[in-house]
Amino acid sequence: MDKNISSKQILNDMISRHYKEALEAKKSGERVAWATSIVPQELLETMDIKVVYPENHAAVLGARKDAPAFLRNAENNGYSNDLCSYARVNIGYANLKESAAGNIPMPDFIFCCNNICNTVIKWYENLAREMRIPMILIDTPFNHTFDVPGHSVKYIREQFNHAIGQLEQITGKKFDHDRFKEVMKISAETARWWKKATALAAAQPSPFNGFDLFNYMAVIVCMRGKQEGLDLFKLWAEELQGKIDRGEGPWKDQPEKYRVMWDGIACWPHLADTSKILRKNGINLITSTYPDSWTIVYDSDDLDAMARAYSSNYANRNLAYGAGNIVQIVKDFSLDGIIYHSNRSCKLMDFRQYEVQRQVQEQTGVASVIFDGDQTDPGAFSLAQYETRIQALMEMMEQRRNERLSRR
Amino acid sequence: MFLGIDIGSSSSKAVIINAQLKILGKAVFNTGAGTQGPEKAVGAAFREAGISGEKIKFSVVTGYGRMTYDKADKQITEITCHARGAAHMIPSARTVIDIGGQDAKVIRLDKDGKVENFVMNEKCAAGTGRFLEVMARILDCSIGNLSSLSENASEEIIISNTCTVFAESEVISQLSSGAKRENVAQGAHKAVAKRVAGLGSRIGLAPDVVMTGGVALNKGVVAALEKETGQKITVVENPQIIGAIGAALYAWETASKLS
Repeated sequence: MDKNISSKQILNDMISRHYKEALEAKKSGERVAWATSIVPQELLETMDIKVVYPENHAAVLGARKDAPAFLRNAENNGYSNDLCSYARVNIGYANLKESAAGNIPMPDFIFCCNNICNTVIKWYENLAREMRIPMILIDTPFNHTFDVPGHSVKYIREQFNHAIGQLEQITGKKFDHDRFKEVMKISAETARWWKKATALAAAQPSPFNGFDLFNYMAVIVCMRGKQEGLDLFKLWAEELQGKIDRGEGPWKDQPEKYRVMWDGIACWPHLADTSKILRKNGINLITSTYPDSWTIVYDSDDLDAMARAYSSNYANRNLAYGAGNIVQIVKDFSLDGIIYHSNRSCKLMDFRQYEVQRQVQEQTGVASVIFDGDQTDPGAFSLAQYETRIQALMEMMEQRRNERLSRR
Repeated sequence: MFLGIDIGSSSSKAVIINAQLKILGKAVFNTGAGTQGPEKAVGAAFREAGISGEKIKFSVVTGYGRMTYDKADKQITEITCHARGAAHMIPSARTVIDIGGQDAKVIRLDKDGKVENFVMNEKCAAGTGRFLEVMARILDCSIGNLSSLSENASEEIIISNTCTVFAESEVISQLSSGAKRENVAQGAHKAVAKRVAGLGSRIGLAPDVVMTGGVALNKGVVAALEKETGQKITVVENPQIIGAIGAALYAWETASKLS
């Protein structure tokens, strides 16, 4: 990697190349998979299959304000407005196949893992059925126990083996177990560096703001099993460490006044607005539940550990883990507040949000606020309401800080 | 003198206080953000106080229209201002229920009267003053008379839709199948109370529970809320101007810190 180029430039280049190569591969007759965001991509990477991630694509369409046409198309075809907007955008895209905001090739098969939610099962099943293509499902049962139980590990591992057979059948190629070990090693190492880089936000002031996090996330979603993904996070961590050493904060023109985390998915269509209002109030969004979601770390060549890692995504774990995880983040990152995005699309995340907020508040006393929005449907968000809630959060954080200072 | 202005979605309020925190002037105009309401309210408050604008040392604006009002020295959210105003009027307040034209909020206060936590209605008019306005229109009754109309209710009516548009058609069909207007008015109050009580139970209603905002003038809603929450609810004197009082108090505090 050219040391004179910043990780951000490389990131943008990588993502556009990712989509371009997938489109070219499809044109030249290669097989393409559509996959959910936290799938065991190691299996696909080992088979050298080009993968695109509809959730990432839907987020891109959302951020570039091109989602409404696809949302409408899905709804016009009978999908409910209450359905997840990533699902609606993707189902609409599968039908229309063309967006000015960026295109993805149509899939030859579907690779789905329900460790992020259960909507993906029916969403992907419908795609597979409409397009008459095969679907591989890795079913990771929700962990009602704190840790992933042994029987789930066994069940998921067996599905990995089954999926390997399905992939061999789809591609007509033999699965290379040596290459698999190599990919596992790179993937786990990429995840470690992702975690390492994002953990640097704990420095005071934080060397980056969380909207950077949302950008870099594209690589951990799309290129976790690739050497270039690993190299990118190493470079990013290096840049961030440099900023920490020089005492540089997130912004050149203003100091970091308050540090908060964001719970849930970004409001992609309103990314600039949501970010500007935080910045206006000196609030730096330094982390979220995302860094841990892709910290899929396990020892190479250990399928049990890999099964456990994929089942351990926070969305697939119980309330005690969900609340405890945020309590830990509040401590590790010295947070002043939490912004909970009550995301109309994501029933799974909303389901326990008020209770998580209550438990976290009880254990940490940190100020927090819940606002209504949506990940890709621009209509389910009110800027004035968001601004009032954020400003009220800022006033609560200010008052608590003043009280702390006056006690000293 | 210190000026507090509260520009809501359906009304504008202004309050002027002196350094002894005594209210010298107050005014409410029933037009809100985007109208002449704020100017009229400020002008009327000045007239009541018998002073002119130069006497104001500091001013704070709050409410939905605070962002677009450029004549105040500072803007603070209605959450913080309502909490401050309510705690000033009733120091034992630990919970503030504020129902305004387009939002409903429940604020928990700590022992010093500062905001501990709050919840607001979702992006929906259920449980707000707007819901009552829609109901009053269908019942062919002024918003101010909705409460007295409900006092003559003889039978319980349940409005099951939370969506204001759905509730509107539900009520129209109830009226056309012979339901009494009085009963429907009471049903509307209960619908608001259920929604707001639901918000309150998310963060817990610690006593004393104090109610502010224009809807607090509606005795039917207050009674329904008491029934729904099982708590005694104290309505602050002049509930509509509590946000403006809070803003005026912050104006005084900010000016004192500056000098």
